[in-house]
Amino acid sequence: MAKKTVEVPAASLADIAFMLLIFFLVTTTMDVDSGLERRLPQWQEQQPEDDQQIKERNVFVVLVNRNNDLLVEGEVTRIDDLREKAKEFMLNPYDEEDLPEKEPIEVPFFGQVEVTKGVISLRNDLDTKYGTYLAVQNELVGAINELREELAKSKFGKSYKDLEKDKQKAIKKIIPSRISEAEPKKAK
Amino acid sequence: MSKFRKDGGKELPPISTASLPDIVFMLLFFFMVSTTMREVTLLVDIKLPEATELSKLEKKSLVSYIYVGEPKKEFRKVFGVAPRIQLNDQWANVGDIQDYIIAEREARNEADQKMMITSLKIDENTKMGIVTDIKQELRKSAALHINYSSRRSVER
Repeated sequence: MAKKTVEVPAASLADIAFMLLIFFLVTTTMDVDSGLERRLPQWQEQQPEDDQQIKERNVFVVLVNRNNDLLVEGEVTRIDDLREKAKEFMLNPYDEEDLPEKEPIEVPFFGQVEVTKGVISLRNDLDTKYGTYLAVQNELVGAINELREELAKSKFGKSYKDLEKDKQKAIKKIIPSRISEAEPKKAK
Repeated sequence: MSKFRKDGGKELPPISTASLPDIVFMLLFFFMVSTTMREVTLLVDIKLPEATELSKLEKKSLVSYIYVGEPKKEFRKVFGVAPRIQLNDQWANVGDIQDYIIAEREARNEADQKMMITSLKIDENTKMGIVTDIKQELRKSAALHINYSSRRSVER
């Protein structure tokens, strides 16, 4: 039988496609950007004379100096110990005098709960390294996340991130994330 | 059909590779769609700090980036080694951030504007002075939702 039409050879099609495929394989970066999520406070024209109405026992003071050393509640601390300290501060399990006060709040799913009034205050020097600052932030956020996780596990038997929105909200109410960042002191 | 079975007749037919291009094309399209080309060329060296409590930036279209770090080698002659800010493809000063945020906001539609996130990609050796200035500028321009870009730390 004689050929009627001249077919375009398709044998090289695969090669061409392969070449393109390899190009895209090599250039693809699948990494998702991730990072520590924070919310900044609203901008206020007048910097309020803050912290005056907050009692001293309710404030967890974290200072980071220019040599990247930590002073937590008046004690020199390593970053590794910060998380435990912050957790103890936020929970105050034995109602100690020098740890923050609690106030009863009505929370769905939980009923009347004693919620801490504690505030974490973070202050850094202008010459603090960003890496250290972020490590401290990470520990503080980590402490709160761990507390929420523990509460979710004990109350609902599920991980915090698997809970429904309203349950997460309830837990957020009981363990609030109050990290205030003071502006660094300008050298006078 | 009969063309192939002319001699022998009982031999196995060769495996057809006719569908190979289709399969390869399928893969190709998958990678083409999932690829995100890097949009900006970095002018600064950035080694991100490590952290554990990470959350992902889900919607790329809502994110605007601010880069801070030491200028790359080829720019050191001009700019020195002091950390500098990069917005899009250009060098910037702290004062430019407000304009940048406003421009970024204008580029999004109204529903998305509230959901915008600013991702700070800052070298871990940068001093906090410049970072604090940036944060103040972000507060002034009401871009309060930020994300300190960092790598997942290996240990723990």
